[in-house]
Amino acid sequence: MKHHLFWPVTVLALLLLFNLLYDPSFFSIKLREGQLYGSLIDILNFGAPLILVSIGMTLVIATKGIDLSVGSIVAIAGAMACLTISKGADQNSIGLVATAILMSLALSLALGLWNGLLVAGVGIQPIIATLILMVAGRGIAQLITSGQIITVTSDNYEYIGAGSLFTLPFSIFIVAVMFAAASLLTRKTAIGLFIESVGNKPVASRLAGIRSRAVMIAVYLFCGLCAGIAGLILSSNVSSADGNNAGLWYELDAILAVVIGGTSLNGGRFYLAGTVIGALIIQTLTTTIYTIGVPPEITLVVKAFVVLVVCLIQSESFRKTLMRRWRTRRYPAEKELTRHA
Amino acid sequence: MLKRQHMPIFVTVALFAFIFIAGSFRYTGFFSAQVLLNLFIDNAFLLIVAIGMTFVIVSGGIDLSVGSVIALTTMISATLLQDGWSPAAVIPLVLILGSAFGAGMGAIIHYFKIQPFIVTLAGMFLARGLCYVISTNTITIDNAFYTSMAQTKLTLPGGSFVSISVLIALLVFGAAFYMAHYTRFGRNTYALGGNEQSAVLMGLPVARTKIGVYMFSGFCSALAGVVFTFYMLSGYGLHAIGMELDAIAAVVIGGTLLTGGFGYVAGTLFGVLIQGVIQTIISFEGTLSSWWTRIVIGLLLFLFIVLQKLFSGRQLLQKHRA
Repeated sequence: MKHHLFWPVTVLALLLLFNLLYDPSFFSIKLREGQLYGSLIDILNFGAPLILVSIGMTLVIATKGIDLSVGSIVAIAGAMACLTISKGADQNSIGLVATAILMSLALSLALGLWNGLLVAGVGIQPIIATLILMVAGRGIAQLITSGQIITVTSDNYEYIGAGSLFTLPFSIFIVAVMFAAASLLTRKTAIGLFIESVGNKPVASRLAGIRSRAVMIAVYLFCGLCAGIAGLILSSNVSSADGNNAGLWYELDAILAVVIGGTSLNGGRFYLAGTVIGALIIQTLTTTIYTIGVPPEITLVVKAFVVLVVCLIQSESFRKTLMRRWRTRRYPAEKELTRHA
Repeated sequence: MLKRQHMPIFVTVALFAFIFIAGSFRYTGFFSAQVLLNLFIDNAFLLIVAIGMTFVIVSGGIDLSVGSVIALTTMISATLLQDGWSPAAVIPLVLILGSAFGAGMGAIIHYFKIQPFIVTLAGMFLARGLCYVISTNTITIDNAFYTSMAQTKLTLPGGSFVSISVLIALLVFGAAFYMAHYTRFGRNTYALGGNEQSAVLMGLPVARTKIGVYMFSGFCSALAGVVFTFYMLSGYGLHAIGMELDAIAAVVIGGTLLTGGFGYVAGTLFGVLIQGVIQTIISFEGTLSSWWTRIVIGLLLFLFIVLQKLFSGRQLLQKHRA
């Protein structure tokens, strides 16, 4: 029919156009103290963690799975990194920050592996397997932080989420690298095909010689890693870790971004670029709601309608109903014809 | 004597008894009728929500909107009462609104074939967002009827007491038990969860059942919201955050299969009680922090899901091999 990016890009363009009409200075970008400032940069910067989580989620959903635990992993990763740094003598030392990052990423990978083993090894439905970690994960994050908000004072750690490189926020580069890695791995090697094949029919793919289990474990590992990096960016941006609220509702936003991007929840096909645009739409929507001065709480209502509309557009039976209405209104004779046929 | 299909619920009841007895040995003052009754008093709303959720899960779906619907109910009740409405008008109104909300989601799920997960997720956002549209602050309730409902204690023989909310919850439980096992609607729900295509081919009213299940869940959420309002005496958009997870956990711990088609309302009762008793033990222990509740519930979820897998997996495996 149309290009799969048609709807997401149109929606994003409309949102941006609305912002431009509302506030003509929306697109202006200023260079101050060697760093670029502007609403567009903000959207990219604040949207970075969501884009990362959504990229991981896309691959999981492509295998007909879902990962509800990403929000918890975001909280755990941030908590782990901040705890390690706060325990160190010199919070600013590169060695310590590197250890903290490695430890929290290793932990995120371990959590991803746990999800993957439950889904592919034990054979539990993904939504339920990851529900376990979603429930327990917040508890684990609070256990790590002892229920407190851990604050760190480390310029090197802060750089991940708040630093800038070549006048742009550093987090944008992290996202770019992860996106490039994911796209190259899935589109230039056979892995992408394997993932789509497993999402279509795990048994058939196994019979065709694809190691379905390994593929599934790999996507959950990757999703865990993405959520872990997102957790680092989020916690370093505010230089603190909050086990209770960090990454709250991230799983839902990420799933929403993936669905808006055109990836079907039924698995079997995925669009990474669509997901990135989906995540940008969500972030732009949030920014828009802030700029036009509507109470930010309304975001949830708007999101609800966006989810519903996007899903209805994707739903075949809804399209059919619409088409039927449209046709019968235009050609009443046809209705008669089919009735007598 | 013990049928194979009763095994999961038996495990749940045994686990509850074990935790309760272990708690009684460990802490003085734990083994009393009042501690047991407090489990009901503090979890009456959870029980009501979880019963609605049981029907949804047995039918093969899921309802993520329940926590938000509770919050919306507290919010609508509080605002209307503030405007001088009578409770006799407010309570039926919120119950109808809740049912309509559920029925709407059910209709979208059925007619447009969108996954229940996504539709109820949208419902969750919508209901939570509507709370904030009404107000972002807490609205306290000083209506005489509501405060009397909150404070009335029904004394039982032996000196212990329950609240009116417990009575409501037990009434819902009784009705749901009857509905699940002795009515057509209940049997249709099981059939639908077992295999939707077969249910269609058998000529069962799939549309009516599916919408009915979500409507019942919406009704239960609204009723739980009313009970929650009695409990908190306020309306607030942040009430009952994460309640959907607690409800799902209670249903799973109660032995209901998340794939649908199998489960008992009675199991859910014990699932709720297990969550309550864990919270009670953690508060009796004193040194353990509240987040251990979440971790323990996560562990229990894991345990029960693996157990379910072992029970149902073996049968499925045999079918595959044959």
